[in-house]
Amino acid sequence: MESIIERISQHKFWQFHGGIHPPEQKLLTSGKPIRQLPLPKQLILPLQQHIGRQGDLLVEVGDKVLKGQPLTQSSNPMAVPIHAPTSGIVSAIKKSVIAHPSGLSELCIFIDVDFEDAWQPRDICQDFTKLSQQQIIKKIADSGIAGMGGAGFPTHIKVNTKPEINFLIINAAECEPYITADDLLMCEQSEAIIDGIKILDQLLNPAFILIGIEDNKPKAIKALQHATKDIEKISVCVLPTKYPTGGEKQLIKILTGKEVKSGALPIHSGIVVQNVATCFAISDAVINDIPLIRRVVTLTGQALSKPQNVWVLLGTPVSHLLEQTGFASEISPVSTPPVSNPPVIMGGPLMGFNILNDLVPIVKTSNCILAPSKTEMPSAFDNSSNEVECIRCGQCAEVCPSQLLPQELQWSAKAKDHQQLTKLNLFDCIDCGACAYVCPSQIPLVQYYRVAKAEIRQQQQLDIKSEKAKVRFEARKLRLEKDKIAREEKHKKAAAARKATMNKKTAEGGSASSAVAAALARVKAKKKASDRTKSNDELPVSSSEVPEKMSGSEESDEKSQVKAAIARAKAKRLAKNNGTPEKKVTSSEEQKKIDELQVAHNEKANIAKEQTVSSKEKSKQESKQGNSTDDKKAKIAAAVAKAKAKAKAKKEKKEPLSASNKEEIKATTAGTDNKKARIAAAVAKAKAKAKAKKEQKKQEDLLQVASSEEKIPFKSSNEESE
Amino acid sequence: MNILIAILVLGLIAALFGAILGYASVRFHVEGDPIVEQLDALLPQTQCGQCGYPGCKPYAQAVANGEAINKCAPGGEDTIKKIADLLGVDVEPLDENHELNSSLGNGPTVAFIIEEDCIGCTKCIQACPVDAILGAAKQMHTILIDECTGCDLCVAPCPVDCIEMRPIPETIQNWQWDLNKIAVKQVD
Repeated sequence: MESIIERISQHKFWQFHGGIHPPEQKLLTSGKPIRQLPLPKQLILPLQQHIGRQGDLLVEVGDKVLKGQPLTQSSNPMAVPIHAPTSGIVSAIKKSVIAHPSGLSELCIFIDVDFEDAWQPRDICQDFTKLSQQQIIKKIADSGIAGMGGAGFPTHIKVNTKPEINFLIINAAECEPYITADDLLMCEQSEAIIDGIKILDQLLNPAFILIGIEDNKPKAIKALQHATKDIEKISVCVLPTKYPTGGEKQLIKILTGKEVKSGALPIHSGIVVQNVATCFAISDAVINDIPLIRRVVTLTGQALSKPQNVWVLLGTPVSHLLEQTGFASEISPVSTPPVSNPPVIMGGPLMGFNILNDLVPIVKTSNCILAPSKTEMPSAFDNSSNEVECIRCGQCAEVCPSQLLPQELQWSAKAKDHQQLTKLNLFDCIDCGACAYVCPSQIPLVQYYRVAKAEIRQQQQLDIKSEKAKVRFEARKLRLEKDKIAREEKHKKAAAARKATMNKKTAEGGSASSAVAAALARVKAKKKASDRTKSNDELPVSSSEVPEKMSGSEESDEKSQVKAAIARAKAKRLAKNNGTPEKKVTSSEEQKKIDELQVAHNEKANIAKEQTVSSKEKSKQESKQGNSTDDKKAKIAAAVAKAKAKAKAKKEKKEPLSASNKEEIKATTAGTDNKKARIAAAVAKAKAKAKAKKEQKKQEDLLQVASSEEKIPFKSSNEESE
Repeated sequence: MNILIAILVLGLIAALFGAILGYASVRFHVEGDPIVEQLDALLPQTQCGQCGYPGCKPYAQAVANGEAINKCAPGGEDTIKKIADLLGVDVEPLDENHELNSSLGNGPTVAFIIEEDCIGCTKCIQACPVDAILGAAKQMHTILIDECTGCDLCVAPCPVDCIEMRPIPETIQNWQWDLNKIAVKQVD
């Protein structure tokens, strides 16, 4: 630590590996002051102008907005709001081309400028030293400040850190050719910048503040030295010009000799780096309550007749800027499709990208619009690549500021060997383009790396997605299996319950007090008994039974005899218990009802009988064909059906009874309401009838079910497997 | 005598190593078949069943048991290459029967339910291997784009043909540099 300070005070700095010295071309614009431009007619504000997430919209189409009014807000800390750069009316919120090499469209707010430039009420802070840290951070966050050096990292996150800060480094290197925006800003606004640095000092309380500036900006150096002469903590470090000194890790290396590890952030070594333009924006926001709505942009290149630095409102389309600076080929790039379009580059010549549409708006991170002439930058006009094979000269490795192996990377990138690329630390590449600049084979090395980086990121996303899909698939499989087991158990339980109720019913049916069943059984028993006394040739079944049986064989006769015996036994038992329920019945009305019900039930029971008998018949016929087991099964089924019919009949009788009982009670309490009672009785009767009908249907269904019971388990298992 | 000693020494050494190997085989016994897990990790996990197996894991199991490695259509040649590398076999071209015959090209797609046509039959929900369809009986269904693997399995069961496969829209987040494309792209 001591030695670092000593070296800094002696202005002996370290060196980073590699680097290049491209022609600076800064004189085009460095001598001229920053110009104010007339307001454009329309502003296009992309919702997202930084790394992170976009905020939620606060305005609607047709809203009138004032200068400085927030247009988005967010609860997410990584989201940064945007503000109206001037007053006007929101004319549209739609997708539009944004400043991105892909030329893709993103959601943008269109503001029709009303040329009044009316501010929203501002709260100017005279003395920022009285503000608390949280207040300052909130102001910075609300003002939508994101790193203006290029990456656009939300500033309020960078300055809201817990660990102790040794060095606050202000990046004023501006190492890329052509760009002089920060240079001019330092010359003209050095006081404001120093105010911004003081605010950062208050927030971070670093041990030292170092302003790193390249020696090709003598005016800016003088201005800064003048502004900081009373502040001991701040030292202006004049560095030799070399590209890319302005890289975050490179600047740290030069100033402190420390190297930030691969994958680590400077904050882990107690260092925070901020751009000068960001410092200016911070002072504007905290002191003047001006959110980030404008920035200095260098408009340069020999294709412009009046290259100059200008104050640009965010959202100004590039076409407006080109108009104002006299774009040489008087025809704008839009109207000349057949001729090779004069290229317009956003950003510097080494790290910038061609913009495909001059409606692209200026955003928080755009610092330069470069319109080169053909003699100045022939490669920008020539779309065909002059790339030849790598001759393994190794110059790229010599200039790489991240000490990577560019040619190895290139081969792996061409082979799409992502593993090898990661092994070669591709993600430490800062896209500076020094390798491509020195390559004698004109291989666009940095482009290969950009592609590879995007591919690897995409692959990582796919991997995450496939992992998620796998988890979901397995969870689903588990769930289905559980469901299946649960269903099987339910089936088993239901079957068991069915069996239990069946047994119960037959048992009950034996001892049941159903007068209907008893009467039925009695009749049947009598008939059977009488039949038995007749000759064997005659049939033991009642006349209502299916005539097919009339021609039945001896075999069936024998069986029917056994049946008859069983029925007789049952009838006897029923007859025994017969009296009890009848005794319970007291009212004459109820008795009537019972009689009616009995009739209905008799009918029904008969029908049921018929059906059971017919099924019996069927099974018998089958048995004649030779299958005795089938016969047995059919019999069981028939028995089951019979038992069910009985149980149903019993149940039904009970239900209407209770209903009518209730009615009875009502009738007695009402006393005089005889009429009502009668109506109620009639209703109950009708209901009973309707129920009887329904039951009949149900019984038919049940019979069918009983006869196809063997099939059911198959079916259900089929359904499950589906 | 010398011969006897030699035999004895060699025999002892053999016994010693045998004991070590025997111990190691017990001590470092590997449960399950790690190759299946590795294969499963290479597969795209779309669970689409285009390989003829009900999901990626069953196919991984089958490949481990000697099934052809070229049946994964969503994985394409990359996956075949990786499997070939892992198993040390030759790379085979993608099985013709399993080639994607999608008119949308080979770009990733997601299912999309035309919601006004949906009758809420839940058939697609039952078909989705990753539970990426939200809905209930007689309610409109919709696809969770982030969970959809683009496996296509929900398209066939739909009785009203209201599901279609759509390419994933290109955004800044998933945009891929294409050097050739940039070179020929003209300003609008």
